[in-house]
Amino acid sequence: MTLTLDAPRIVRTRALLQVSNVSKSYGPVQALRNVSAHAYPGEVLGIVGESGSGKSTLLRMMNLEETPDQGSYTLDLPDVQGNLFDLDRFARRMLCATRIGIVYQNPHLGLLMKHSSSGNVAERLLVAGERSFATLRAKATEALEASEFPLDRLDAPPIELSGGMQQRVQLAKAIALEPALLLLDEPTTGLDVSVQALVLDTLKRLQQDRKITMVIVSHDLGVIRTLADRVMVMRRGEVVETGLADQIFQDPQHAYTQQLVHAKL
Amino acid sequence: MTLSALTKPWEAMSYGFLDGSAKRELRRKMLKSVAVPGCQMPYASREVPMARGWGTGGLQVSLTLVNPQTRVKVIDQGADDSVNAASIRRFIARVAGTPTTMDTLDADLIQSRHRIPEEILREDQILVLQVPNPEPLRPVQPNMSIARQMHADADYGRMWLQLYEQIVRSGRVMQGASYPSLVHGRHVMTPSPIPRWDVPKLNMSKHLTILSAGREKRIFAVPPYTRVEPLVFSDVPYKVEEHAHLTCYRSGTKGFFMNEIPQDDSTSAYEVSDSEWGVKAIRQRESEPVTIGETWYKNGEMPE
Repeated sequence: MTLTLDAPRIVRTRALLQVSNVSKSYGPVQALRNVSAHAYPGEVLGIVGESGSGKSTLLRMMNLEETPDQGSYTLDLPDVQGNLFDLDRFARRMLCATRIGIVYQNPHLGLLMKHSSSGNVAERLLVAGERSFATLRAKATEALEASEFPLDRLDAPPIELSGGMQQRVQLAKAIALEPALLLLDEPTTGLDVSVQALVLDTLKRLQQDRKITMVIVSHDLGVIRTLADRVMVMRRGEVVETGLADQIFQDPQHAYTQQLVHAKL
Repeated sequence: MTLSALTKPWEAMSYGFLDGSAKRELRRKMLKSVAVPGCQMPYASREVPMARGWGTGGLQVSLTLVNPQTRVKVIDQGADDSVNAASIRRFIARVAGTPTTMDTLDADLIQSRHRIPEEILREDQILVLQVPNPEPLRPVQPNMSIARQMHADADYGRMWLQLYEQIVRSGRVMQGASYPSLVHGRHVMTPSPIPRWDVPKLNMSKHLTILSAGREKRIFAVPPYTRVEPLVFSDVPYKVEEHAHLTCYRSGTKGFFMNEIPQDDSTSAYEVSDSEWGVKAIRQRESEPVTIGETWYKNGEMPE
């Protein structure tokens, strides 16, 4: 009897997200130089780096808010083909609404501050074409519940809520349509430490329950360490080091990563 | 040949107050807006001797469309005899020499603010509505450039957000006037501040409706026999104002849009909003010869 061994899962699975050789410059400033990144289904990719390292630019590109000077971006989903940077405005909007969720550092970017919280979540569903009030209400409540938002504040406008709550509304909005990809841009920066821990806890539980692929950008190594499976270190628009989270934190190779890890610990 | 033989004799102003090029531009823009129902077309919006926001958009369209045979009717909040309506009517008659009327059935051109007459308009009639704010997306997208992109993409999901908010806050749709409506299945328009009662009158109507916003410099149209569907949730039906059971205390007519008149004893009396309809009803009661047209609403209900 012969025993056949399957190749390890990591070899067999194709990356869900694949960004290849992306470059972008704003006038004389080169924000990204030949950056590539990928994330496997269900994986959390952490991107760390100092301010101005290009990590947020990269994330905005993954949300199709910006187009690079060169490079390609693919998502391995059944009905999504080709380089996503080539899509027109209309196709981009539909893709972003249904397949990609994003949480911004500044809730003002992601939320309609004077509409109700449940309305903010419902907006996502409305853009995707849902037209039944009862369904909207039920789905919005469900998403807010999943992001551990107190349901008695369901219809309070985000402007009246605390920072942690606002992030939860953003999170509920992002996961309302069960996206394949969740992008987090410094989701806990600006929150105090205890609230930060609670939001991180929610994120971790969501990730375990729903197996969403996440890309999280932060300058805070603690956040990355809590959530990320794999880490990418960026500096001045370039990737200096990539590896499993433990690898990067235990045994940083690049001088800059060593500095970063030391500064934190 | 002398120079004076080649020039036209001096006139205080051109026919219909607006100069030829202004009228030509407006005609072109009207044709465009009829060609793309519900789509807002920008236009120059000239000065007229009236403050912006008092119906300058409607007035410019009326002045462009009239000829000396056009019978003009002007309505302000349903009434023909309010100051604004009377002044506009007199102004059009003075600068264009048009006959005027108050009877909906007699009119060729009806300029209106806030109401559509209760009697059904015919194919040969034109309704001009004055619009204060032509952009239905403004409450959900204050940036006009992005709003125009949203129109181009038919990205109207956020319009329902407004309705959602109203139902959440008040238990029902509170949008009383300017109810956003989908024209010909493509463009969402705001049908000027007409009440919800009047929106179904625009659907598949026989007459041409031109909506013009003078201050905002936008013109759009609902051509004859065009679908106009108010935006609704699939499980929350569209409701008009509950005026079907109200009776006008002056004319005794019932089942039309009413104005509420508060009384000293804290009750309310109701008066039919379309004043000419009320006048006709009174004249008929007093056995005077009047022609009464068919109405859109029958017994307070809009037939399917």
